[in-house]
Amino acid sequence: MSATFETVAGIISETCDIPREKITPQSHAIEDLGIDSLAFLDIAFAIDKAFGIKLPLEQWTQEVNEGKAPAEQYFVLENLCQRIDDLVAAKKA
Amino acid sequence: MRLEYFDMIDTVVTFDPSQKRIATRSTVPSASPVFEGHFPGHPLVPGVLLTETMAQASGYLLLALNQLQQMPFLMMVDKARFRTFVEPDAVLDVSAELVHEGSGYAATKARIAIDGKPICDAELRFRLMPFPADMRTLMEQRIAAIGLVPERN
Repeated sequence: MSATFETVAGIISETCDIPREKITPQSHAIEDLGIDSLAFLDIAFAIDKAFGIKLPLEQWTQEVNEGKAPAEQYFVLENLCQRIDDLVAAKKA
Repeated sequence: MRLEYFDMIDTVVTFDPSQKRIATRSTVPSASPVFEGHFPGHPLVPGVLLTETMAQASGYLLLALNQLQQMPFLMMVDKARFRTFVEPDAVLDVSAELVHEGSGYAATKARIAIDGKPICDAELRFRLMPFPADMRTLMEQRIAAIGLVPERN
């Protein structure tokens, strides 16, 4: 998890020009870090490339918009990193 | 190619669904209002319109690959390089390939060449969204006009 978080935090810092020290596992990408949907696609591209996965952003967005999942489940960084670890593990299986 | 109408692609030469590549061709018009300003007495195709040309080739590629299920909108231009001037009547070979298919977005590499000589290239990214209003019909008409046949499952 920590290695995943370090990679993701580095991507967010570089992509969105946010000081690295402001990014914590408890940060909400949208509410705390102010990342908009377009910037999040940029982050998703870098995460996809870094981890060799495909973040299911459309599915996540639909679930949040339909009230089937809280936004925190995907957009708080420690949760996002857990989803990434799950996707990486699923790919290896 | 009708610069002032942003109608940049004349025809599709090849579309390869397995390699996720498209090759298209366009001829720069002899005259256009664009050349009256860019530049008076020295007509050159603006780099921004060459970028649009690469974006349209990429967009047609994405439309064909997703069988017109989502509309690609240009959201990022990376590493754009303009290597030489493009003048009226030039015949452009415009190609694009898919380099990453994400969820709700896609990335391509596109380039333009004249007689095999590289003119410009860029890495482009597109947001994939539901078609607004009747844009799907418009896109169907345009891909038919340039001879593009979408992938069929």
